[in-house]
Amino acid sequence: MNKKSGKDIKNFLQNNSIIILLVILVIVVAVLKDNFFGKSNITNTASNVAVRMFIALGVSGCLITKGTDLSAGRLVGLSACLSGILLQTTDAASKFYPNLGDMNIFLVLLIVIAITAVFGLINGLVIAILKVPPFIATLGMQQLVYGICLIYTKATPLGGFREDYTNIAKGKILAGWLPYLVIIALVVGFLMWFLYNKTRHGKYMYAIGGNEVAAEVSGVNVTKTKILIYVLAAVLYACAGFLLAAKTGGATVNAGQGYELEAIAACTIGGVSTNGGIGRISGIFVGVLVFELLKVCLQFLGVPSDYTYVVQGLVIIVAVALDIRKYLSKK
Amino acid sequence: MAEYRLEMKGISKSFPGVKALDQVSLKVRPGTVHSLMGENGAGKSTLMKCLFGIYKMDEGEVYLDGEKVQIANADDALHKGIAMVHQELQPIPERSIGENIFCGRYPLKKLLGFIPVVDHKKMYEESERLLKEVRMEYDPKAKLGSLSVSQMQSVEIAKAVSMNAKVVILDEPTSSLTANEVEALFRIIDDLRDKGVSIIYISHKMDEILRISDDVSIMRDGQYIGTWEAKELTTDMIITKMVGRELTNLYPPKHNEPGEVVLKVSGFTSIHDKSFKDCGFELRKGEILGIGGLVGAQRTELVEAIFGVRAIVDGEVEYKGQKLKIKRPKDAIDNGIALLTEDRRGSGIFGVLSISDNVAISSLNKYLSFGVMINDKKVEDLVNENVAKLSIKTPSNKTQIQSLSGGNQQKVIISRWLANDPDVLILDEPTRGIDVGAKYEIYTIMAELAAQGKSIIMISSEMAELIGMSDRIVVMCNGRVTGEVAKEDATQENIMSLATKFN
Repeated sequence: MNKKSGKDIKNFLQNNSIIILLVILVIVVAVLKDNFFGKSNITNTASNVAVRMFIALGVSGCLITKGTDLSAGRLVGLSACLSGILLQTTDAASKFYPNLGDMNIFLVLLIVIAITAVFGLINGLVIAILKVPPFIATLGMQQLVYGICLIYTKATPLGGFREDYTNIAKGKILAGWLPYLVIIALVVGFLMWFLYNKTRHGKYMYAIGGNEVAAEVSGVNVTKTKILIYVLAAVLYACAGFLLAAKTGGATVNAGQGYELEAIAACTIGGVSTNGGIGRISGIFVGVLVFELLKVCLQFLGVPSDYTYVVQGLVIIVAVALDIRKYLSKK
Repeated sequence: MAEYRLEMKGISKSFPGVKALDQVSLKVRPGTVHSLMGENGAGKSTLMKCLFGIYKMDEGEVYLDGEKVQIANADDALHKGIAMVHQELQPIPERSIGENIFCGRYPLKKLLGFIPVVDHKKMYEESERLLKEVRMEYDPKAKLGSLSVSQMQSVEIAKAVSMNAKVVILDEPTSSLTANEVEALFRIIDDLRDKGVSIIYISHKMDEILRISDDVSIMRDGQYIGTWEAKELTTDMIITKMVGRELTNLYPPKHNEPGEVVLKVSGFTSIHDKSFKDCGFELRKGEILGIGGLVGAQRTELVEAIFGVRAIVDGEVEYKGQKLKIKRPKDAIDNGIALLTEDRRGSGIFGVLSISDNVAISSLNKYLSFGVMINDKKVEDLVNENVAKLSIKTPSNKTQIQSLSGGNQQKVIISRWLANDPDVLILDEPTRGIDVGAKYEIYTIMAELAAQGKSIIMISSEMAELIGMSDRIVVMCNGRVTGEVAKEDATQENIMSLATKFN
């Protein structure tokens, strides 16, 4: 019995090594720097986690079905720009549409979701029907979306957003400790948990990731399920872009750049297997949190931002390498 | 020179739950064609894979020219002079013939005296010479993929020759060849034999065996039966030795009464030329219909086409008196047809998912609350019921299916289909790779289902199982239905003769 629990501990350490290392890093930094647990750092980090949670949730469906979505970051950028354009104040300097009046915020959100979802639909169709490998299909889409965004916005930086819009991201309750963003992310996280665990769509998604041929033979409509996954992913990116622009109070074509890699890394750290069929919402949440804390820690330690790219890249490679090792040892 | 080119002594090999080889011996004389025969699953391919280093044998010794050798892997086998032309070739069709022959051991030259690069000129000259040696004068620069299967095979043989192989293993080389191509292959084999190469030839085709073999060894159920000179043997003698096993009480009693026809398949023709053509059969209510034939008879392809997995150019399914259009598996499932696929790992199980998920995936519509939410309690009840009924041995319903034994995995997938309460169950090699105890349990389930009025189609390559379980047997050969045998008349010999009708 003792021997077995010893093996369990070893397995636990092995399976969660990155998380454990990063938690240790957080503790060390928190002890060294006393303003780490300050209100502004905590709420800011929480808001960042909330926005990135949407992207990671979107990518997770693609990863679980052995796909990926490299267009995530650029779609976030596109939706951030769209949201910003439609929600500038009437007297904003260099307003994009000078004659545009105040639009209903929810209507804007729906418009942004609808437009972004079209790109997700194209991703899904290309992958599920034309059978283009997801890596290539979404890499192409990444460039395509960036191009469209450049052409459309003429690379103008956007600002002067309405206060009722920016307040969605800046508002807090509980004496300023709990941002609205976190609440929104928790609600969406719950909805996604429900979708993944309690509905046919979720079961079909895990089945496709586990064995696509067997899924088809078992009567799963693989094509339809995959298309839905990529559309839903785009919808989540749209929400992320909408909230990101509100949070930063401005948007440029470069908003969201590289976020897809952060999201994929967060998912992998959180136990979503790149071999498909495995991944839990709680794990994704932990992954996003841990990855965001890594960035904050590097900042607090005074590591120049250029170096943080190097560290983040390393973490991504190591996380995937460890994930693959788990799979190899089972063979 | 030693009396035997190759001697294998006391070879044993077990897979989980199955003893594939039990103290098998084989002695091959130099410069002879030695045929290795046996039913599917007798252990021929396993024995050859042990010799070629693909599998590691549990016990046993191998001697080459009287010297004991240890073969670590396929590369080692090649260097020691053993070459194998696989049942399914594994070439690189997009590269040239020459590159395929020299893959992994390209001739090199030094560019500017120190940069090693591939010496293409030498490679293609050598390839041309080797191809001439096997009387196949193709352009060595042509893409391998532009050749026919038989031509690719001769390239593989040229490759074996180029490695100065002493022993060449040919595993069912003629299964996809035309008569002319077979003749060409035989000429190559004769040339090799004249050069003193020993050839181990695996085939099911009697006339071929008797024509080209010097010696014939026969295996059955993982055991070595004996070796005879080919000229002493007749087809009937070989069949008797191959299948000559007593049918004991391996099958449960059956109480089913076949009734009216529920499924009528006619004119099924594949989109592929070499696959099934104009196949048809009838299935009755409460009947167990066996489909017999050799590997490559296209039985799996036929049932998968009926189920909507494979494409056809023609074919009709009449089900309960109505024509059925099946475009994808879902259409078949919605109509109460189920298919247990042959390749459990490839198209059956979801390895990383739990027992529960594996059982429920095809019948999720039945356990919904409020139209969208899956009622976990209902799913658990279903799974518990099946785990108990089919006596699936698992630590818990949350266990990943890949950690179960083959027999238990098979029972989980059978549960998946039973959850849909199908009227027609197609079972493709339902007992392949599972142990005897689990086999009996699966037979019992089949007998019970048939007694309840369900109709079952069972594809099996095991003669004894086919005869022991079926009410009627349809036999296929080379993509065609060659005949039907009633339970009363079913013998291993008459099934085998239908299964080899076109050979």
